[in-house]
Amino acid sequence: MKFLTARRRNPFVAVLLLVAALGAVGFTFSAVSNIEPAQASLGSQTQVEDGKKLYLEGCSSCHGLDAQGAMSGPSLIGVGAAAVHFQVSTGRMPLAAPGAQATAKEPIYDVEEVAAMSAYISSLAPGPAIPTAEDLDYSDADIAEGGVLFRINCAQCHQAAGQGGALTQGKYAPNLMQATPQEIYEAMVSGPQSMPVFSNETLPVKDKQTVTAYIMALQESPNPGGLSLGRIGPVTEGLFMWVAVFGAFIGAAVWIGIKAR
Amino acid sequence: MNEIIPGSGANGEAARDGHSSAPAKLGYSPVAEIPHRLRVTDTDPKAARRAERQVAGMFTLSMVFVMLSVIAYVLIDKYTVVYIPVLGDVGASNVVLGFTFGMAVLLIGAGAIQWAKKLMPDVEVVQERHDMVSEKEDDNLAAANYERGKEESGFARYKMIRRSLIGAMVLLPIPIIVVLRDLWITPPGENPTEILSTTMWTKGKRIVSDGTYMPIRPEDLPIGGLVSALPEGILEVQEEEHNLNARGKAAIILVRMDPEQIRSQQGEGWDYNGILAYSKICTHVGCPIALYEQRTHHLLCPCHQSTFDLADSGTVIYGPAARDMPQLPISVDEEGYLIATQDFAVPVGPSFWERDKA
Repeated sequence: MKFLTARRRNPFVAVLLLVAALGAVGFTFSAVSNIEPAQASLGSQTQVEDGKKLYLEGCSSCHGLDAQGAMSGPSLIGVGAAAVHFQVSTGRMPLAAPGAQATAKEPIYDVEEVAAMSAYISSLAPGPAIPTAEDLDYSDADIAEGGVLFRINCAQCHQAAGQGGALTQGKYAPNLMQATPQEIYEAMVSGPQSMPVFSNETLPVKDKQTVTAYIMALQESPNPGGLSLGRIGPVTEGLFMWVAVFGAFIGAAVWIGIKAR
Repeated sequence: MNEIIPGSGANGEAARDGHSSAPAKLGYSPVAEIPHRLRVTDTDPKAARRAERQVAGMFTLSMVFVMLSVIAYVLIDKYTVVYIPVLGDVGASNVVLGFTFGMAVLLIGAGAIQWAKKLMPDVEVVQERHDMVSEKEDDNLAAANYERGKEESGFARYKMIRRSLIGAMVLLPIPIIVVLRDLWITPPGENPTEILSTTMWTKGKRIVSDGTYMPIRPEDLPIGGLVSALPEGILEVQEEEHNLNARGKAAIILVRMDPEQIRSQQGEGWDYNGILAYSKICTHVGCPIALYEQRTHHLLCPCHQSTFDLADSGTVIYGPAARDMPQLPISVDEEGYLIATQDFAVPVGPSFWERDKA
């Protein structure tokens, strides 16, 4: 709640609320007019049609009426269901406002709607699919091996402890401490925004599981030594040492030196 | 209370030896020029007793914290994690042990300082120093010792010993000069220019991905894809050389982009169907780079923000790097795996003294 309170006067909030309100009205209308609930299995014809409807309402203004792309948004033909699920379920899409990078926020669409949109986009052309439960099962994966692969392929942007980092011109690699195994997998196969694609051929599913296991271990590991200081290493640790600890030392020295009243 | 009483010169004599620990009397100051200000505890017995209780309280509290520290060590399981606001999830045992024992030590120190500041005498005293010059008789003794040593050793008498010792001392630095000859003479086969200008890549050398060491087929790499790669057989070379120099020089990244988006390359047809291989080592000071942004084709160095455009010959578009990122020409072999077609055309990594100005 603190997060929301601190940002409620942000200028983007008005845009966000407007989009949410318009969306709510639209969906209520479509829910009322369309009595049959979207219960069909993944990829069924009704789901694709529902997805197309949602796409035309929410996405087509930027990505084009046939998802062919436009000045304001890239083509979505062939991006696959994984990309749609990653972008929409993490709230990155629809975009609240144009900027250097789409930021994660509260998702606007529910699980059913995301599934429908994923079905529609994957019906246009084949692309990376949403991973199965088996793909995501990292229970037997080797965390140490995942750490090696993470440092070779991911740490350059997301930092060795998964805390994220800066890219060029306001873009950034996000912090991975809230990422779910499904989001991690989908980001690797779809390459959202600036991120390169790590396909199942160059980084096989087995290796993706070890990387996921490593990230999950990072998320779960406590800080037994005390303050994590952002886990970004010597910069914050040094700053803390110079400012807080040396400050306390100087204060103590001053107290020792002052003559008692 | 804090009235300042100018000292009187006549009374100063007693404290001059610097060892006087006589409690300060009212208005007493041993040094004429320094006005002495009395503390509350000097004039008010109640305040003095309060300070006494304060100091004793700190020492007592220190004992309590030591006890708590021992109890905490016994009672708290070392794997217990607790959430503490600001600190986050931390090991309960570490926090409690650190806090209690730290407080025990801190309170002893703070009590001692409070004792010294409030209750021990704080009169200003002067400690005289002895002269810096030695006594005359010490000087004479040292000179006599030297003369006696010269006479007894016979340094002036034994000419042969004296001259051979001087000769030995003159020759002593020669080994140091000989071992430093590498600074200006290069032993054969160890030419630094050659070592720094060549890598493991040769014509037909297969490209394998870092970490898994599997060869790569062009169809494995989708558009927008990135692979950190090395030459096949890198591990054997590393083992043979007992260092990571070969890896440091030969490390590359493979990226794939739409062939239409490649504006220029360092050589004609050095890509393979849109797959480009560039050195992974920054040309500024040699940090490994793989911060590749697939939409802009920019490669950003995390150390000093040098940015290279991989769609445009690896040109520097921002930052302190002075030279383009070296490109490795690639193709596929008859089995369909990616290979290098030659070594890098220019030395990889940061500039060095003997490097051609290019």
